[in-house]
Amino acid sequence: MRRIAGSVLLAGAAMAAPAGAQQQSPYAEYQRMATESAPIELYEIAGEELWKKKQGPKNVSLEACDLGEGPGVLKGAYTHLPRYFADADRVMDLEARLLHCMMTLQGRSREEATKRVFGNADKGSEMELLSAYVAGQSHGLPMRPGNAHAKEKASIELGRKLYFHRAGPWDFSCASCHGEEGKRIRMSGLPVLFKPEYAKPLMSTWPAYRVSTSKIVTLQWRMNDCYRQMRMPEPAFGSDTTVSLIHFMTAAAEGVVYRGPGIKR
Amino acid sequence: MDRNRRTALKSAGTAGALAAAFAAGLLRPQDLLAAGWNKDAFGSKSLADALKGLGAANPADSKDIVIDAPQIAENGAVVPIEVTSNLPNTRSIAVLIEKNPFPLAAKFDFLEGAMPYVKVNVKMGESSNVRVVAEAGGRHYTAVKEVKVTIGGCGG
Amino acid sequence: MAEPMKIRATLKGDAADVRVLMGHPMETGQRKGPDGKIIPMHFIQEVTVKLNGKIVIEGQISQAVSRNPVFSFRVKGAKAGDRIEIGWVDNKGDKNSSTTAIA
Repeated sequence: MRRIAGSVLLAGAAMAAPAGAQQQSPYAEYQRMATESAPIELYEIAGEELWKKKQGPKNVSLEACDLGEGPGVLKGAYTHLPRYFADADRVMDLEARLLHCMMTLQGRSREEATKRVFGNADKGSEMELLSAYVAGQSHGLPMRPGNAHAKEKASIELGRKLYFHRAGPWDFSCASCHGEEGKRIRMSGLPVLFKPEYAKPLMSTWPAYRVSTSKIVTLQWRMNDCYRQMRMPEPAFGSDTTVSLIHFMTAAAEGVVYRGPGIKR
Repeated sequence: MDRNRRTALKSAGTAGALAAAFAAGLLRPQDLLAAGWNKDAFGSKSLADALKGLGAANPADSKDIVIDAPQIAENGAVVPIEVTSNLPNTRSIAVLIEKNPFPLAAKFDFLEGAMPYVKVNVKMGESSNVRVVAEAGGRHYTAVKEVKVTIGGCGG
Repeated sequence: MAEPMKIRATLKGDAADVRVLMGHPMETGQRKGPDGKIIPMHFIQEVTVKLNGKIVIEGQISQAVSRNPVFSFRVKGAKAGDRIEIGWVDNKGDKNSSTTAIA
Protein backbone atom coordinates (compact mmCIF):
# COMPACT_ATOMS: atom_id res chain seq x y z
CA MET A 1 0.00 0.00 0.00
CA ARG A 2 1.35 3.41 -0.92
CA ARG A 3 2.85 5.00 2.16
CA ILE A 4 0.42 7.58 3.51
CA ALA A 5 2.06 10.70 4.87
CA GLY A 6 0.73 12.35 8.01
CA SER A 7 -1.43 14.64 5.95
CA VAL A 8 -5.12 14.51 6.71
CA LEU A 9 -5.97 15.33 3.10
CA LEU A 10 -4.13 12.34 1.69
CA ALA A 11 -5.69 10.02 4.25
CA GLY A 12 -9.05 11.60 3.47
CA ALA A 13 -8.83 10.35 -0.10
CA ALA A 14 -8.54 6.80 1.16
CA MET A 15 -11.49 7.34 3.51
CA ALA A 16 -13.73 8.41 0.65
CA ALA A 17 -14.07 4.73 -0.27
CA PRO A 18 -17.48 3.47 0.87
CA ALA A 19 -17.31 2.73 4.57
CA GLY A 20 -20.02 0.13 4.19
CA ALA A 21 -18.17 -1.96 1.65
CA GLN A 22 -16.09 -3.90 4.15
CA GLN A 23 -13.61 -5.34 1.72
CA GLN A 24 -12.61 -1.90 0.50
CA SER A 25 -12.75 -0.17 3.86
CA PRO A 26 -9.31 0.72 5.16
CA TYR A 27 -10.64 -0.20 8.59
CA ALA A 28 -11.69 -3.76 7.69
CA GLU A 29 -8.62 -5.33 9.27
CA TYR A 30 -9.05 -3.25 12.40
CA GLN A 31 -12.74 -4.11 12.68
CA ARG A 32 -12.04 -7.82 12.35
CA MET A 33 -9.24 -7.86 14.94
CA ALA A 34 -10.99 -5.53 17.36
CA THR A 35 -14.25 -7.50 17.17
CA GLU A 36 -12.37 -10.70 18.01
CA SER A 37 -10.81 -9.08 21.04
CA ALA A 38 -13.76 -7.04 22.30
CA PRO A 39 -15.19 -7.80 25.75
CA ILE A 40 -18.67 -8.29 24.32
CA GLU A 41 -19.33 -11.55 26.12
CA LEU A 42 -19.13 -9.86 29.52
CA TYR A 43 -22.11 -7.73 28.50
CA GLU A 44 -24.02 -10.68 27.12
CA ILE A 45 -23.54 -12.48 30.42
CA ALA A 46 -24.74 -9.44 32.36
CA GLY A 47 -27.69 -9.17 29.99
CA GLU A 48 -28.62 -12.80 30.55
CA GLU A 49 -28.65 -12.22 34.30
CA LEU A 50 -31.01 -9.28 33.82
CA TRP A 51 -33.24 -11.31 31.52
CA LYS A 52 -33.63 -13.86 34.29
CA LYS A 53 -33.87 -11.40 37.17
CA LYS A 54 -37.20 -10.95 38.93
CA GLN A 55 -38.07 -7.27 38.95
CA GLY A 56 -40.91 -4.82 39.24
CA PRO A 57 -44.12 -4.86 41.26
CA LYS A 58 -45.04 -8.23 39.76
CA ASN A 59 -41.65 -9.62 40.73
CA VAL A 60 -41.18 -11.68 37.59
CA SER A 61 -38.32 -12.05 35.14
CA LEU A 62 -38.43 -11.25 31.43
CA GLU A 63 -38.17 -14.92 30.55
CA ALA A 64 -41.77 -15.09 29.32
CA CYS A 65 -41.33 -11.99 27.15
CA ASP A 66 -42.52 -12.58 23.60
CA LEU A 67 -40.08 -10.89 21.23
CA GLY A 68 -42.03 -12.14 18.23
CA GLU A 69 -41.05 -15.79 18.05
CA GLY A 70 -43.10 -16.85 21.07
CA PRO A 71 -42.78 -16.28 24.81
CA GLY A 72 -39.16 -16.64 25.89
CA VAL A 73 -37.94 -17.68 22.43
CA LEU A 74 -34.69 -15.84 21.77
CA LYS A 75 -33.20 -17.59 18.77
CA GLY A 76 -34.27 -15.65 15.71
CA ALA A 77 -36.05 -12.97 17.73
CA TYR A 78 -33.63 -10.12 17.08
CA THR A 79 -33.24 -10.94 13.40
CA HIS A 80 -36.97 -10.67 12.81
CA LEU A 81 -37.22 -7.21 14.33
CA PRO A 82 -38.62 -4.63 13.92
CA ARG A 83 -42.02 -6.22 13.44
CA TYR A 84 -45.69 -5.70 14.22
CA PHE A 85 -47.04 -6.87 17.57
CA ALA A 86 -50.79 -7.36 17.82
CA ASP A 87 -50.88 -7.03 21.60
CA ALA A 88 -49.51 -3.48 21.31
CA ASP A 89 -50.97 -2.84 17.85
CA ARG A 90 -47.76 -1.25 16.65
CA VAL A 91 -44.41 -2.01 15.12
CA MET A 92 -41.66 -2.35 17.69
CA ASP A 93 -37.90 -2.73 17.60
CA LEU A 94 -35.99 -4.74 20.19
CA GLU A 95 -35.77 -2.00 22.76
CA ALA A 96 -39.39 -0.86 22.42
CA ARG A 97 -40.43 -4.48 22.84
CA LEU A 98 -38.21 -4.98 25.90
CA LEU A 99 -39.80 -1.88 27.39
CA HIS A 100 -43.23 -3.31 26.62
CA CYS A 101 -42.35 -6.51 28.47
CA MET A 102 -40.92 -4.59 31.40
CA MET A 103 -44.19 -2.72 31.69
CA THR A 104 -46.66 -5.52 31.04
CA LEU A 105 -44.89 -8.57 32.48
CA GLN A 106 -43.01 -6.91 35.31
CA GLY A 107 -45.55 -4.18 36.00
CA ARG A 108 -42.95 -1.44 35.84
CA SER A 109 -43.83 2.11 34.88
CA ARG A 110 -42.47 3.58 31.68
CA GLU A 111 -40.87 6.31 33.74
CA GLU A 112 -38.98 3.89 35.96
CA ALA A 113 -37.96 1.53 33.19
CA THR A 114 -36.64 4.33 30.97
CA LYS A 115 -35.03 6.37 33.72
CA ARG A 116 -31.57 5.33 32.58
CA VAL A 117 -31.76 3.86 29.10
CA PHE A 118 -28.29 4.90 28.06
CA GLY A 119 -25.49 3.92 30.40
CA ASN A 120 -21.79 4.68 30.60
CA ALA A 121 -18.44 2.90 30.73
CA ASP A 122 -18.75 2.13 34.42
CA LYS A 123 -22.22 0.66 34.16
CA GLY A 124 -24.23 -0.31 31.12
CA SER A 125 -27.96 0.36 31.19
CA GLU A 126 -30.46 -2.47 31.48
CA MET A 127 -31.53 -1.90 27.89
CA GLU A 128 -27.97 -2.04 26.63
CA LEU A 129 -27.09 -5.22 28.48
CA LEU A 130 -30.37 -6.93 27.58
CA SER A 131 -29.95 -5.87 23.95
CA ALA A 132 -26.47 -7.36 23.79
CA TYR A 133 -27.71 -10.64 25.22
CA VAL A 134 -30.87 -10.96 23.14
CA ALA A 135 -29.23 -9.90 19.89
CA GLY A 136 -26.34 -12.28 20.49
CA GLN A 137 -28.80 -15.17 20.60
CA SER A 138 -29.50 -14.55 16.90
CA HIS A 139 -25.88 -14.48 15.82
CA GLY A 140 -25.45 -16.22 12.48
CA LEU A 141 -29.08 -15.93 11.40
CA PRO A 142 -30.37 -13.89 8.42
CA MET A 143 -31.97 -10.54 9.19
CA ARG A 144 -35.57 -10.41 8.02
CA PRO A 145 -37.49 -7.59 9.65
CA GLY A 146 -41.29 -7.65 9.26
CA ASN A 147 -42.54 -6.29 5.94
CA ALA A 148 -45.82 -8.08 5.21
CA HIS A 149 -48.28 -6.52 7.65
CA ALA A 150 -49.83 -3.20 6.64
CA LYS A 151 -48.36 -1.48 9.68
CA GLU A 152 -44.93 -2.92 8.91
CA LYS A 153 -45.07 -1.47 5.40
CA ALA A 154 -46.25 1.83 6.82
CA SER A 155 -43.43 1.80 9.36
CA ILE A 156 -40.76 1.28 6.70
CA GLU A 157 -42.34 4.04 4.62
CA LEU A 158 -42.43 6.41 7.59
CA GLY A 159 -38.76 5.63 8.18
CA ARG A 160 -37.95 6.49 4.59
CA LYS A 161 -39.82 9.79 4.85
CA LEU A 162 -38.10 10.70 8.11
CA TYR A 163 -34.69 9.80 6.68
CA PHE A 164 -35.08 12.54 4.08
CA HIS A 165 -37.15 14.99 6.11
CA ARG A 166 -35.24 18.18 6.82
CA ALA A 167 -36.06 19.86 10.08
CA GLY A 168 -34.61 21.53 13.14
CA PRO A 169 -32.54 24.71 13.41
CA TRP A 170 -29.95 23.42 10.93
CA ASP A 171 -32.46 22.05 8.46
CA PHE A 172 -30.81 18.65 8.64
CA SER A 173 -32.10 15.23 7.75
CA CYS A 174 -30.32 11.89 8.04
CA ALA A 175 -29.60 12.29 4.36
CA SER A 176 -27.63 15.48 5.01
CA CYS A 177 -24.78 13.25 6.16
CA HIS A 178 -25.93 9.83 4.99
CA GLY A 179 -27.44 10.68 1.67
CA GLU A 180 -24.54 10.67 -0.76
CA GLU A 181 -21.55 8.49 -1.53
CA GLY A 182 -18.04 9.62 -0.79
CA LYS A 183 -18.73 11.79 2.25
CA ARG A 184 -16.87 11.62 5.52
CA ILE A 185 -16.60 13.28 8.93
CA ARG A 186 -12.93 13.48 9.83
CA MET A 187 -11.64 9.99 9.08
CA SER A 188 -14.97 8.18 9.27
CA GLY A 189 -16.62 7.47 5.94
CA LEU A 190 -20.35 8.22 6.03
CA PRO A 191 -22.40 5.24 4.90
CA VAL A 192 -25.44 5.74 2.66
CA LEU A 193 -27.71 3.74 4.90
CA PHE A 194 -30.64 3.16 2.55
CA LYS A 195 -28.41 1.32 0.10
CA PRO A 196 -28.07 -2.42 0.82
CA GLU A 197 -24.31 -2.48 0.23
CA TYR A 198 -23.93 -0.06 3.15
CA ALA A 199 -26.86 -1.14 5.30
CA LYS A 200 -25.92 -4.83 5.29
CA PRO A 201 -22.47 -4.71 6.89
CA LEU A 202 -23.57 -2.05 9.37
CA MET A 203 -27.05 -3.13 10.50
CA SER A 204 -25.65 -6.63 11.05
CA THR A 205 -23.37 -5.42 13.82
CA TRP A 206 -25.74 -3.55 16.15
CA PRO A 207 -25.86 -3.43 19.14
CA ALA A 208 -22.13 -2.98 19.52
CA TYR A 209 -19.27 -2.35 21.93
CA ARG A 210 -18.14 1.16 21.22
CA VAL A 211 -14.38 1.21 21.78
CA SER A 212 -14.05 4.97 22.22
CA THR A 213 -16.50 5.00 25.13
CA SER A 214 -16.09 1.42 26.39
CA LYS A 215 -19.79 0.68 26.45
CA ILE A 216 -22.50 -1.12 24.55
CA VAL A 217 -24.37 1.16 22.17
CA THR A 218 -27.75 0.31 20.72
CA LEU A 219 -29.80 1.55 17.77
CA GLN A 220 -32.13 3.52 20.04
CA TRP A 221 -29.04 5.29 21.35
CA ARG A 222 -27.80 5.87 17.81
CA MET A 223 -31.08 7.45 16.72
CA ASN A 224 -31.14 9.58 19.83
CA ASP A 225 -27.55 10.70 19.35
CA CYS A 226 -27.98 11.47 15.65
CA TYR A 227 -31.00 13.64 16.49
CA ARG A 228 -28.89 15.40 19.09
CA GLN A 229 -26.13 16.00 16.56
CA MET A 230 -28.70 17.41 14.14
CA ARG A 231 -29.91 19.72 16.91
CA MET A 232 -33.39 18.20 16.69
CA PRO A 233 -35.67 17.72 19.70
CA GLU A 234 -34.95 14.50 21.55
CA PRO A 235 -37.04 11.61 20.21
CA ALA A 236 -38.88 9.57 22.85
CA PHE A 237 -37.33 6.18 23.59
CA GLY A 238 -38.91 3.50 21.46
CA SER A 239 -41.09 6.05 19.64
CA ASP A 240 -42.46 5.55 16.14
CA THR A 241 -39.82 8.04 15.00
CA THR A 242 -36.92 5.94 16.16
CA VAL A 243 -38.50 2.57 15.42
CA SER A 244 -39.49 3.48 11.87
CA LEU A 245 -36.02 4.78 11.05
CA ILE A 246 -34.48 1.60 12.44
CA HIS A 247 -37.06 -0.41 10.50
CA PHE A 248 -36.26 1.41 7.25
CA MET A 249 -32.52 0.79 7.58
CA THR A 250 -32.93 -2.81 8.72
CA ALA A 251 -35.17 -3.44 5.71
CA ALA A 252 -32.38 -2.10 3.50
CA ALA A 253 -30.15 -4.78 5.02
CA GLU A 254 -32.69 -7.55 4.38
CA GLY A 255 -31.12 -11.00 4.20
CA VAL A 256 -27.72 -10.18 5.64
CA VAL A 257 -26.40 -12.66 8.20
CA TYR A 258 -26.38 -11.12 11.65
CA ARG A 259 -22.79 -10.97 12.92
CA GLY A 260 -23.27 -9.09 16.13
CA PRO A 261 -22.97 -7.84 18.71
CA GLY A 262 -20.13 -6.05 16.96
CA ILE A 263 -17.86 -3.14 17.62
CA LYS A 264 -18.03 0.51 16.69
CA ARG A 265 -15.44 3.20 16.81
CA MET B 1 13.89 -18.00 52.05
CA ASP B 2 17.44 -19.08 51.30
CA ARG B 3 20.21 -16.55 50.82
CA ASN B 4 20.60 -17.08 47.08
CA ARG B 5 16.94 -16.51 46.39
CA ARG B 6 16.82 -13.41 48.56
CA THR B 7 19.89 -12.02 46.85
CA ALA B 8 18.44 -12.71 43.44
CA LEU B 9 15.22 -10.90 44.35
CA LYS B 10 17.00 -7.91 45.86
CA SER B 11 19.39 -7.41 42.99
CA ALA B 12 16.85 -8.11 40.30
CA GLY B 13 15.85 -4.59 39.30
CA THR B 14 14.83 -5.86 35.90
CA ALA B 15 12.59 -8.65 34.80
CA GLY B 16 15.41 -9.89 32.59
CA ALA B 17 17.53 -10.58 35.61
CA LEU B 18 14.56 -12.24 37.26
CA ALA B 19 14.07 -14.54 34.30
CA ALA B 20 17.77 -15.40 34.34
CA ALA B 21 17.60 -16.08 38.04
CA PHE B 22 14.56 -18.23 37.48
CA ALA B 23 16.30 -20.13 34.72
CA ALA B 24 19.22 -20.67 37.04
CA GLY B 25 16.83 -22.35 39.44
CA LEU B 26 17.12 -19.61 42.05
CA LEU B 27 13.49 -18.55 41.91
CA ARG B 28 10.23 -20.38 42.16
CA PRO B 29 7.28 -19.21 40.04
CA GLN B 30 5.71 -17.61 43.11
CA ASP B 31 8.78 -15.40 43.50
CA LEU B 32 8.15 -13.71 40.16
CA LEU B 33 4.76 -12.69 41.51
CA ALA B 34 6.22 -11.51 44.79
CA ALA B 35 8.84 -9.43 43.00
CA GLY B 36 6.01 -7.26 41.67
CA TRP B 37 5.51 -4.75 39.01
CA ASN B 38 8.52 -3.27 37.21
CA LYS B 39 8.05 0.36 38.24
CA ASP B 40 11.22 1.57 36.54
CA ALA B 41 10.38 0.15 33.16
CA PHE B 42 6.67 1.03 33.24
CA GLY B 43 7.41 4.51 34.56
CA SER B 44 9.90 5.28 31.82
CA LYS B 45 8.89 8.10 29.51
CA SER B 46 11.29 7.33 26.70
CA LEU B 47 11.71 4.19 24.70
CA ALA B 48 15.41 4.08 25.61
CA ASP B 49 14.67 4.23 29.34
CA ALA B 50 11.93 1.61 29.06
CA LEU B 51 14.31 -0.73 27.24
CA LYS B 52 16.93 -0.11 29.89
CA GLY B 53 14.38 -0.83 32.59
CA LEU B 54 13.70 -4.14 30.89
CA GLY B 55 17.41 -4.92 30.79
CA ALA B 56 17.16 -4.81 27.00
CA ALA B 57 19.15 -1.71 26.08
CA ASN B 58 20.43 -3.03 22.73
CA PRO B 59 18.10 -5.65 21.35
CA ALA B 60 19.00 -7.24 18.01
CA ASP B 61 16.52 -7.00 15.16
CA SER B 62 14.81 -10.30 14.54
CA LYS B 63 12.48 -11.57 11.87
CA ASP B 64 11.42 -14.38 14.19
CA ILE B 65 9.16 -12.05 16.12
CA VAL B 66 5.83 -11.76 14.32
CA ILE B 67 3.61 -8.79 15.09
CA ASP B 68 0.04 -8.83 13.80
CA ALA B 69 -1.64 -5.46 14.22
CA PRO B 70 -4.02 -3.42 12.08
CA GLN B 71 -2.37 -1.09 9.63
CA ILE B 72 -4.88 1.63 10.49
CA ALA B 73 -6.77 1.68 13.77
CA GLU B 74 -10.12 3.41 13.64
CA ASN B 75 -9.72 4.43 17.25
CA GLY B 76 -6.70 4.53 19.55
CA ALA B 77 -8.58 3.33 22.62
CA VAL B 78 -8.49 -0.31 21.57
CA VAL B 79 -5.71 -1.45 19.24
CA PRO B 80 -5.33 -5.23 19.10
CA ILE B 81 -1.72 -6.42 19.01
CA GLU B 82 -0.93 -10.07 18.45
CA VAL B 83 2.64 -11.31 18.98
CA THR B 84 4.22 -14.66 18.24
CA SER B 85 7.88 -15.34 18.92
CA ASN B 86 9.50 -18.07 16.87
CA LEU B 87 12.80 -17.61 18.67
CA PRO B 88 13.78 -20.80 20.47
CA ASN B 89 13.50 -20.60 24.28
CA THR B 90 11.59 -17.35 24.31
CA ARG B 91 11.22 -16.38 27.97
CA SER B 92 9.33 -13.14 27.64
CA ILE B 93 7.60 -10.76 25.28
CA ALA B 94 7.28 -7.05 25.98
CA VAL B 95 5.04 -4.69 24.01
CA LEU B 96 6.00 -1.02 23.75
CA ILE B 97 4.16 1.83 22.04
CA GLU B 98 6.97 4.14 21.12
CA LYS B 99 5.00 7.39 21.08
CA ASN B 100 2.89 6.76 24.16
CA PRO B 101 3.67 8.94 27.20
CA PHE B 102 4.88 5.75 28.91
CA PRO B 103 6.02 3.42 26.13
CA LEU B 104 5.99 0.09 27.97
CA ALA B 105 2.47 -1.34 27.81
CA ALA B 106 2.87 -4.98 28.82
CA LYS B 107 5.36 -7.70 29.51
CA PHE B 108 4.66 -11.40 29.70
CA ASP B 109 6.99 -14.03 31.13
CA PHE B 110 6.47 -17.52 29.78
CA LEU B 111 7.23 -20.36 32.14
CA GLU B 112 7.25 -24.00 31.23
CA GLY B 113 3.95 -24.90 29.62
CA ALA B 114 3.28 -21.57 27.97
CA MET B 115 3.79 -20.76 24.32
CA PRO B 116 5.50 -17.45 23.51
CA TYR B 117 2.32 -15.90 22.14
CA VAL B 118 0.05 -13.18 23.34
CA LYS B 119 -2.75 -10.97 22.06
CA VAL B 120 -3.46 -7.78 23.96
CA ASN B 121 -5.45 -4.59 23.35
CA VAL B 122 -3.46 -1.41 23.86
CA LYS B 123 -4.24 2.29 23.92
CA MET B 124 -2.36 4.37 21.41
CA GLY B 125 -2.30 8.13 21.74
CA GLU B 126 -1.28 8.64 18.12
CA SER B 127 0.14 6.79 15.15
CA SER B 128 3.27 5.04 16.33
CA ASN B 129 5.62 2.14 16.00
CA VAL B 130 4.56 -0.83 18.05
CA ARG B 131 7.80 -2.39 19.24
CA VAL B 132 8.13 -5.88 20.66
CA VAL B 133 11.14 -7.00 22.66
CA ALA B 134 11.56 -10.71 23.26
CA GLU B 135 14.04 -12.36 25.53
CA ALA B 136 15.30 -15.70 24.33
CA GLY B 137 18.34 -17.72 25.29
CA GLY B 138 19.49 -14.95 27.62
CA ARG B 139 19.53 -12.27 24.88
CA HIS B 140 17.09 -9.64 23.70
CA TYR B 141 15.59 -9.33 20.24
CA THR B 142 13.22 -6.82 18.74
CA ALA B 143 10.78 -6.22 15.91
CA VAL B 144 8.59 -3.29 15.06
CA LYS B 145 5.35 -2.57 13.18
CA GLU B 146 3.83 0.78 12.42
CA VAL B 147 0.20 1.31 13.36
CA LYS B 148 -1.64 4.41 12.24
CA VAL B 149 -4.36 5.80 14.44
CA THR B 150 -7.03 7.99 12.91
CA ILE B 151 -9.54 10.38 14.35
CA GLY B 152 -13.04 9.40 13.45
CA GLY B 153 -16.22 11.38 13.17
CA CYS B 154 -19.47 10.71 14.94
CA GLY B 155 -20.13 7.26 16.36
CA GLY B 156 -21.86 4.36 14.65
CA MET C 1 -16.34 -5.89 44.58
CA ALA C 2 -15.38 -8.38 41.89
CA GLU C 3 -15.47 -7.12 38.35
CA PRO C 4 -16.83 -9.53 35.75
CA MET C 5 -14.39 -11.99 34.20
CA LYS C 6 -14.74 -14.75 31.63
CA ILE C 7 -12.30 -17.33 30.31
CA ARG C 8 -12.68 -19.42 27.18
CA ALA C 9 -10.17 -22.23 26.81
CA THR C 10 -10.34 -24.54 23.82
CA LEU C 11 -8.02 -27.35 22.86
CA LYS C 12 -6.26 -27.19 19.50
CA GLY C 13 -4.11 -30.28 19.20
CA ASP C 14 -2.11 -30.42 22.40
CA ALA C 15 -2.18 -26.67 22.96
CA ALA C 16 -5.04 -24.73 24.50
CA ASP C 17 -6.14 -21.37 23.12
CA VAL C 18 -7.03 -19.30 26.13
CA ARG C 19 -9.02 -16.09 25.85
CA VAL C 20 -9.83 -14.06 28.93
CA LEU C 21 -12.11 -11.04 29.24
CA MET C 22 -11.71 -8.81 32.27
CA GLY C 23 -13.98 -5.99 33.29
CA HIS C 24 -11.75 -3.20 34.61
CA PRO C 25 -11.64 0.59 34.09
CA MET C 26 -7.86 0.66 33.45
CA GLU C 27 -7.80 4.37 34.28
CA THR C 28 -4.65 6.12 33.17
CA GLY C 29 -4.81 8.90 35.69
CA GLN C 30 -4.86 11.39 32.83
CA ARG C 31 -8.60 11.64 32.28
CA LYS C 32 -10.88 14.19 33.86
CA GLY C 33 -14.27 13.25 35.18
CA PRO C 34 -17.51 15.18 34.58
CA ASP C 35 -16.64 17.29 37.62
CA GLY C 36 -13.40 18.40 36.00
CA LYS C 37 -11.23 16.51 38.48
CA ILE C 38 -8.62 13.96 37.43
CA ILE C 39 -9.85 10.39 37.75
CA PRO C 40 -7.12 8.62 39.71
CA MET C 41 -5.04 5.80 38.20
CA HIS C 42 -6.75 2.48 38.60
CA PHE C 43 -5.44 -0.36 36.51
CA ILE C 44 -4.50 -4.03 36.57
CA GLN C 45 -0.78 -4.51 37.09
CA GLU C 46 -0.33 -8.26 37.31
CA VAL C 47 -1.97 -11.08 35.44
CA THR C 48 -1.24 -14.71 36.24
CA VAL C 49 -2.20 -17.73 34.18
CA LYS C 50 -2.13 -21.16 35.81
CA LEU C 51 -2.56 -24.59 34.28
CA ASN C 52 -3.75 -27.11 36.84
CA GLY C 53 -2.54 -24.88 39.64
CA LYS C 54 0.91 -24.27 38.20
CA ILE C 55 1.84 -20.76 37.01
CA VAL C 56 2.62 -20.79 33.30
CA ILE C 57 2.39 -17.10 32.40
CA GLU C 58 3.20 -14.06 34.48
CA GLY C 59 2.09 -10.77 32.98
CA GLN C 60 2.81 -7.24 34.06
CA ILE C 61 0.66 -4.64 32.36
CA SER C 62 0.28 -0.91 32.47
CA GLN C 63 -2.50 1.64 32.21
CA ALA C 64 -1.78 1.60 28.45
CA VAL C 65 -3.72 -1.63 28.15
CA SER C 66 -7.28 -0.94 26.99
CA ARG C 67 -10.24 -0.69 29.31
CA ASN C 68 -11.92 -4.06 29.87
CA PRO C 69 -8.79 -5.95 28.81
CA VAL C 70 -9.04 -9.02 26.65
CA PHE C 71 -6.00 -11.28 26.37
CA SER C 72 -5.24 -14.37 24.33
CA PHE C 73 -2.63 -16.89 25.40
CA ARG C 74 -1.57 -20.37 24.34
CA VAL C 75 -0.75 -23.10 26.78
CA LYS C 76 0.89 -26.34 25.64
CA GLY C 77 0.75 -29.85 26.94
CA ALA C 78 -2.88 -29.38 27.90
CA LYS C 79 -5.76 -31.84 27.77
CA ALA C 80 -9.50 -31.39 27.79
CA GLY C 81 -10.70 -30.90 31.33
CA ASP C 82 -7.45 -29.35 32.57
CA ARG C 83 -8.02 -26.27 34.70
CA ILE C 84 -7.05 -22.80 33.56
CA GLU C 85 -7.05 -20.25 36.34
CA ILE C 86 -6.41 -16.59 35.60
CA GLY C 87 -6.00 -13.95 38.28
CA TRP C 88 -5.24 -10.28 38.38
CA VAL C 89 -4.09 -7.72 40.93
CA ASP C 90 -4.52 -4.00 40.36
CA ASN C 91 -2.68 -0.95 41.67
CA LYS C 92 -5.13 -0.61 44.53
CA GLY C 93 -4.48 -4.17 45.63
CA ASP C 94 -7.88 -5.37 44.41
CA LYS C 95 -7.90 -8.86 42.98
CA ASN C 96 -10.05 -11.14 40.94
CA SER C 97 -9.72 -14.58 39.47
CA SER C 98 -11.64 -17.09 37.47
CA THR C 99 -11.20 -20.75 36.62
CA THR C 100 -12.44 -22.74 33.69
CA ALA C 101 -11.92 -26.20 32.29
CA ILE C 102 -10.33 -26.58 28.88
CA ALA C 103 -12.99 -27.65 26.41
